[in-house]
Amino acid sequence: MRIRRLLVANRGEIALRILGTCERLGIETVLAASDADLDSPAARRADSVVRLGPALPAHSYLSVGAVLRAALASGAGAVHPGYGFLSESPALADACASAGLSFVGPSAEHLRALGDKLRARAAAVAAGLPVLPGGEVTSVAEAESLLDRTGLPVLVKAVGGGGGRGMRLVEHAGELARALELSVAEAHAAFGDGRVYLERYVAPGRHVEVQLLADGERVLHVGERDCSVQRRYQKLLEEAPAAGLPETLRLSMHAAAVRLGRHLGYRGLGTVEFLVDVGREDFFFLEVNPRIQVEHPVTEATTHLDLVAEQLYVAEGRPLRLGQGDVAFDGHAIECRVNAEDPERDFAPSPGTVTSMRLPAGEGIRVDAGAQSGSTVPPYYDSLLAKLVVSGPDRSAAIARLAGALDRFTVDGVPTTIPLHRRLVADPAFRAGGVDTGWLSRVLAPGAGGAHQPSFPGAPGALEEAEVSTRG
Amino acid sequence: MNLSPEDVQDILKVLDSTDYDELHLETDRFVLRLRRAPGGWTEEREALGEARLVPGQAVEEGVPAEEPNRARDSTSAGEDADPQRQGMHAVRAPLPGVLYRAPKPGEPPFVEVGDHVEADTVVAILETMKLMNPVRAGAAGTVSHFAVTNSEPAGQGDVLLWLLPDAPTPGEP
Repeated sequence: MRIRRLLVANRGEIALRILGTCERLGIETVLAASDADLDSPAARRADSVVRLGPALPAHSYLSVGAVLRAALASGAGAVHPGYGFLSESPALADACASAGLSFVGPSAEHLRALGDKLRARAAAVAAGLPVLPGGEVTSVAEAESLLDRTGLPVLVKAVGGGGGRGMRLVEHAGELARALELSVAEAHAAFGDGRVYLERYVAPGRHVEVQLLADGERVLHVGERDCSVQRRYQKLLEEAPAAGLPETLRLSMHAAAVRLGRHLGYRGLGTVEFLVDVGREDFFFLEVNPRIQVEHPVTEATTHLDLVAEQLYVAEGRPLRLGQGDVAFDGHAIECRVNAEDPERDFAPSPGTVTSMRLPAGEGIRVDAGAQSGSTVPPYYDSLLAKLVVSGPDRSAAIARLAGALDRFTVDGVPTTIPLHRRLVADPAFRAGGVDTGWLSRVLAPGAGGAHQPSFPGAPGALEEAEVSTRG
Repeated sequence: MNLSPEDVQDILKVLDSTDYDELHLETDRFVLRLRRAPGGWTEEREALGEARLVPGQAVEEGVPAEEPNRARDSTSAGEDADPQRQGMHAVRAPLPGVLYRAPKPGEPPFVEVGDHVEADTVVAILETMKLMNPVRAGAAGTVSHFAVTNSEPAGQGDVLLWLLPDAPTPGEP
């Protein structure tokens, strides 16, 4: 069924991103906006806007009933959930199916299977993918005996978590009982599911993920992205391809991701996340993100594909119009997340008003911005203001262009992560390529020169200070 | 219509071959300003016009319409002159966010009315942009009452709760 009118059930830059593709394809757009977003750039740009509810996400962007009513009230034939919010909600996928609407995403059954991190892990094992030693634990005794296989340190992870939420690092066996108790309580409160599992902790490790595009039968990979520049498990800068990865390792990861997609009979866009053990040149399955991702533009910049357009095409029930041979890679791309956070004050979130916003422009530069001069940055949602995506024929050309683009990028009114990005792209370790997931914390550590820290042994700084106070 | 990023790239290519340093394009739908800067171009874009609201709405039954960021109990001369507030210590929101009185849903609150607190006692958390920020009492005293109810939004500087301080604090700002 062709999509003629699409409800975009999201906000900020990803809402504008989806509107842009729809305009190009001639699809009429309806934006579902909370009361805090009725004046947003996305609301001004959409063909029409439907009031979704009050600012608090629980009554608007996180309400399956509100999104469904918005779709029906506006006569949309399909719902695009973007990322975050209800993008991985089997309940929304089911509700759309019952109402005869297309949900732009995988099936509810796939969302259930992949949202349960143990089921996802089991699927990966069944498809022949390497996983880290570990497994579900229901008691301290079980956990202690599992330590023989995982070793220390070990990560306690929530089965209902993912995306860096609900993880706790245990370095000594003596901390295990207490960590389990806390993790179960937190997982229960945050995800409504108290189950936890253990996985070996790898340092130094790199976070490398493979983009999949599938129609339920055929599965393509659209290359990998390196997302190792993270703070408290939150990605800050991503690039494609992953720098300095041995070619055989890269190709094995692509093949492994495709194998998992085939095993699942996956449909839509999805990302298979891997942890690369830098010391052993080996990789392990982490999880699958069954949706479009924040960092998708680095893939688009190196393949010249419009992933949202392909996602909509498959959501119409049509078979993929691309073969693996049609996916050609060219150049290097880097994305910087410009967040309304103050790097000088421990990344304190900084809602407020953007009094002025001036973007860099030119060849190889793309900015996906959810705000504009005069925009309010509400406190209710995440802090992402814009994504600067820069590409060039190779990595060093992309970095040179990125440095210039960051110098021309100014946001007034709220502090942002732009100054931090300027510092990162000037750092010799980053310029050399292939930093691990602990690198950014070492750069940010008080007194750290940042540049000349050895990349091993990787002090698991990011993990020690991990935020666990997430709320479902 | 809106300009696509590709359109802007094409305009820049044309501009590059000229001596112009600035282009300002304004319609009733958008503003685009391109300026030559050291090292390259800068762009300012602004979507104009009002959102075109669909008549029907999806708002949940029973959920009140609310003004986001509404300052509900913020400083005013009238409030400070209120005799009931004389000598009281206001615990204010250090940043805008949603107030939670307990560390997790279903757990007991950090403090109840009548509890004695120290200056560094955590009395609530404010969720701002998905981050949980502890709010400390700021003065030793006894919790008198909450000005914002649980899971409601508060603006920056709003009074969250009132304390009867152990030591009088005249001139509390």
